[in-house]
Amino acid sequence: MTLRVTDLKVYYKTLRGEVKALDGVTFELGDAEILGLAGESGCGKSTLGKALIRMDGRMRLRGGGVELDGERLPIDDDAAMNRYRYHRISLIPQYSMSALNPTRRIGRMIRELVESRGVRYADVEEELLRRLKLVGLDPDVLSRYPIELSGGMKQRTVMVISTLLNPSLLIADEVTSALDVSTQKAVAKALAGFRDRGFVKSMIFVTHDISLTYQIADTIMVMYAGKLVEKASASAIVSKPRHPYTQALINSLPEVGVRYTDRRLSGIPGAPPSLLKPPAGCRFRDRCPKAFARCAAEEPPVTEVASGHFVACWKG
Amino acid sequence: MLRLENVTKRYGVGAFGGRTFTAVRDVSFEVAPGEVVSLIGESGSGKSTIGKMILRLTPISEGRITLDGADIRGFARGRRKEYYRRVQGVFQDPFSCYNPIFKADRVLWMIKEEYFPRVPRAEWDERVESALRAVRLDPGAVLGRYPHQLSGGQLQRLLVARALLLDIRYLVADEITSMLDASTRIDVLNLLADLKTRGLGVLFITHDLALGNYIAAKTVVLRRGEVVEMGDTEKVFADPRHPYARHLLASVPQLHARWDGEQEERYGGCPVHEDAAAPEADGRAGPGRLVEVEPGHLVACTGPEGGCRVALARGGPAAAAAGGR
Repeated sequence: MTLRVTDLKVYYKTLRGEVKALDGVTFELGDAEILGLAGESGCGKSTLGKALIRMDGRMRLRGGGVELDGERLPIDDDAAMNRYRYHRISLIPQYSMSALNPTRRIGRMIRELVESRGVRYADVEEELLRRLKLVGLDPDVLSRYPIELSGGMKQRTVMVISTLLNPSLLIADEVTSALDVSTQKAVAKALAGFRDRGFVKSMIFVTHDISLTYQIADTIMVMYAGKLVEKASASAIVSKPRHPYTQALINSLPEVGVRYTDRRLSGIPGAPPSLLKPPAGCRFRDRCPKAFARCAAEEPPVTEVASGHFVACWKG
Repeated sequence: MLRLENVTKRYGVGAFGGRTFTAVRDVSFEVAPGEVVSLIGESGSGKSTIGKMILRLTPISEGRITLDGADIRGFARGRRKEYYRRVQGVFQDPFSCYNPIFKADRVLWMIKEEYFPRVPRAEWDERVESALRAVRLDPGAVLGRYPHQLSGGQLQRLLVARALLLDIRYLVADEITSMLDASTRIDVLNLLADLKTRGLGVLFITHDLALGNYIAAKTVVLRRGEVVEMGDTEKVFADPRHPYARHLLASVPQLHARWDGEQEERYGGCPVHEDAAAPEADGRAGPGRLVEVEPGHLVACTGPEGGCRVALARGGPAAAAAGGR
């Protein structure tokens, strides 16, 4: 087991109180597993991704813990986490276009980066060149400035840099959302290839696009309002979703291979609850077609309904 | 009918605008009342430039755009309002379309001040209410609220309501759902489909093929400013002929099918030539020329200038006319 997250609670400090962005999430991530983390804006997926590598100044750890390769991570201690960052846990940011230093040639930037982490550039140079080639980049990019590369090239460069030290866990946060469909496919496939070649041990692929996650993820975890609602293998989530939210979400996605002459898809009425004072019971109940009295009174626990299929619903 | 005829847009680039960049090249298509046409392309394909030209936000370099037969360049100065009463646009980011220090319904009030100063208050309120109902917004839930109190979907629908108050005939919807969540996105799409039944023509600009497939009757696929394939959505999506259109469709992540292994589409050969192979045919088409491969389905020829022989004669008179454009 690469990663074990237990009842993790991360709140944001605001003037009006604490926003419970991540409110008790438990899951495990196996070796060589790609976990797709899906959900809509404000569901806590990015908060989870961030909490695992660096909590920003407004984030507070309010319970639970994280274990990486059997070792407890000091995620609320910014300085202590430095030892793990980049070596053991790495991140591909959402806007990798703006993640590269515009005033440095890429080669020099990488040299400064690895040396700041106590690694000699000469030791990784050969591997760096090999991997650049693997994602279809010419070694020539090292002598270029970021502005000279296209969005897809920058994205691939950042992917290579982020995984250069073979981290145990890679967090890819919405890495393809700013890319065109064909570039998106190339980038997503390259990420899966990194896992196949063992450059990264396991990966959390954060995205709002379930169809894209389905292409590369082994398991998909769906979140809603700071909670885990369903986690199962990618094919189970897409073809046999159990939670009403997952079902509604999947049913609201138009596809290219289908004809919609008269058939209409429907969205989910309503909006997610405020996380300043989240309601008791199930957080999805106001928008849920199957809600009944118990949903308001008690919060449904996450239960394993089939092997590896976890659902948090009284009717799941 | 909103019609584009051989529309070209060039921008001056470089330090003194010495070089030109052609963002849109020789594009012709039309949007009929009660029809949704989706304009699909990747970044830099010129899809938004076309939207801007229709909305008169940027001048046309060559060709012309007509609204019910009248060149839209004629709607200058005093006649601008006349044009905007009939054609309006809604854009990608609803959050930045509103002034955060004013209430969101001010966008509706500005329409009244600008276009209907003499309409009495009571009657105006009624019109607002019916426009809001048309976009399925509860007037009580949105009127008097500030933009930050409303969701992206509500803000976007309010902008459509604003356009409806003008009794518009054509709407340019430029990536209007790309900032919205999946569960609210579909409501905005369904709204466009409803407006269609009221006789509104919609140009739906998107990079997302699945959305285009969902609501549009016709599809125009753009690449680097040129139309590579266009026609009835069913035909284009069921049987894409142009290698680029095929490549795009193969790249779309689907829910129930994973991407094929290492299969990569190659650009090469002429789709028209391959499919309508008849070397003895006398018709010829140059690169970029659209050829009708079946009724209501046009594909750009990719062959070398004059080198691609197409079976125009066999395709019937419609194909010959399309090829000769």
